[in-house]
Amino acid sequence: MITLNWLYVLAGLMFAAFAVLSALDRRNAKRFGNAAFWGLMALSLLGGSYIGDLANGLLVLGLAGLAGFGAIGRGDPDTTSGAEREAYSKRLGNRLFLPALIIPATALIGTLAYTYTPLGQYGLIEPRRETYVLLGLGVLVAVLVIFLWLRPPALAPLQEGRRMIDSIGWAAVLPQMLAALGVVFAAAGVGTVIGDATRAIIPDGSIFLTVLVYALGMVLFTMIMGNAFAAFPVMAAAIGVPLLINSYGGSPAVIGAIGMLAGFCGTLMTPMAANFNLVPAALLEMKDENGVIKAQVWTAIPLLAANIALIYFLGFIWTY
Amino acid sequence: MSDYLPLLGILVVVVGFAVKLNPMLVVTAAAIVTGLLAGMGPVEVILTFGKAFNDNRIIAIVWIVLPAIGLLERYGLQERARTLISGFRRATAGRLLLLYLGYRQITAAIGLQSTAGHPQTVRPLVAPMALAAAEQQHGELDEETQEKVKAYSAATDNVGLFFGEDIFFAIGSIVLIQQTLATYDINLTPFQLALHAIPSAIAAAIIHGIRLVLFDRSLKKAAQ
Repeated sequence: MITLNWLYVLAGLMFAAFAVLSALDRRNAKRFGNAAFWGLMALSLLGGSYIGDLANGLLVLGLAGLAGFGAIGRGDPDTTSGAEREAYSKRLGNRLFLPALIIPATALIGTLAYTYTPLGQYGLIEPRRETYVLLGLGVLVAVLVIFLWLRPPALAPLQEGRRMIDSIGWAAVLPQMLAALGVVFAAAGVGTVIGDATRAIIPDGSIFLTVLVYALGMVLFTMIMGNAFAAFPVMAAAIGVPLLINSYGGSPAVIGAIGMLAGFCGTLMTPMAANFNLVPAALLEMKDENGVIKAQVWTAIPLLAANIALIYFLGFIWTY
Repeated sequence: MSDYLPLLGILVVVVGFAVKLNPMLVVTAAAIVTGLLAGMGPVEVILTFGKAFNDNRIIAIVWIVLPAIGLLERYGLQERARTLISGFRRATAGRLLLLYLGYRQITAAIGLQSTAGHPQTVRPLVAPMALAAAEQQHGELDEETQEKVKAYSAATDNVGLFFGEDIFFAIGSIVLIQQTLATYDINLTPFQLALHAIPSAIAAAIIHGIRLVLFDRSLKKAAQ
């Protein structure tokens, strides 16, 4: 069976190649910093399950130290010039989109086929990880097609990949760091404290104000933790279940589903949700790392108001 | 009172981000401070942090698309995306992103949320296309406008994903809601929960849609 572990190996080998190529890149003054940083990522992906928790912890400290003390630079692999790219684009035309579409198409059609045809019955792929595995397959197929068609230099995919990962830099690892911080927060009981504090500020008897505090609590806690998943169990325990569902008789499906979505409005407004808000700013080479958040705030705030209204009306007023 | 001490970890994060220290250091410092104040030993904090990092390696998998995308950029993919859009004289950045918003919401709603995303679709296709369309509306773009178009491209992907994926019943957040409520003997089917994500999805499409239309207007106005 193809498991998630296969993908860790694939990604690990890729990062290992980035590390080696970084070390050889004389045009990058900080080449050994880059090599160490991507090398640690390779070690984590290839060996994380075998080296034990303490080694993983030290590995994370190493990543943070290299990133935090400016040891990483930006590699400068050989690539095509702007003029060459224009010329290729003219010559190759819209056919260039085909390999790009192989990746989403493989994941999309593959997942549908695997889920809705007898193909899934053979148990080829680890359950619930189908899309990830098919994404990996799509990448391999796309690279193969490009090789057969355009015959790039053998190292080109790894060098071009390194060019892109270096343009993202440590921001590529930050989302995983934040997820780990969330676990430490939870282990330290941060959630319980915040839940108790929010409950303490609710006035008795007002359904609307309770809904408001529940939704704002979801947003606030989501902004602190960077994702709504950590916030939901806390706010459900503090307000959702005891007050909204048990005392006021609200609809559990509404309070659960739309409460989570209120939290998603918080995800749109926080740098802690690095993979959605900071990574794209790096990927798109934006000057303002908070630019994406700024563009989202005025969608998030009206949408939060809409979600609060939906919880109140669908959960308590127009119940069926 | 000592219960409140671990909250200082949050303060570390807020202050660290506010004074623009390197976020990797801020996050690590916050984890250590929080763990120590909660009564863990230094080694235990590092163990917990390391294990959690390792348990979340799935987040790093998405980077495997970079070699393929980088290779296509080498052969002019972004330039091609721009040329394609300049062929449509009525294309605008707002309309294009509106179309992508719909695509993203619908594909996420049927469980295909990992098929698009910032590395897979926004950087190689959506952002260059939106930039080309904006250039047609506006003439040459100054840096500030370029930044805005890029920011709206990424924002549209996020809004579409967040307010589409919960309509699919087998997604992590739906399972989490169901499991959490089940511990209080409130038993819901994932289907009931997914159904109630639809009104918010419609609200998101309307609100972000209006903002994209307004964005188009501001581009047009700036051109005059």
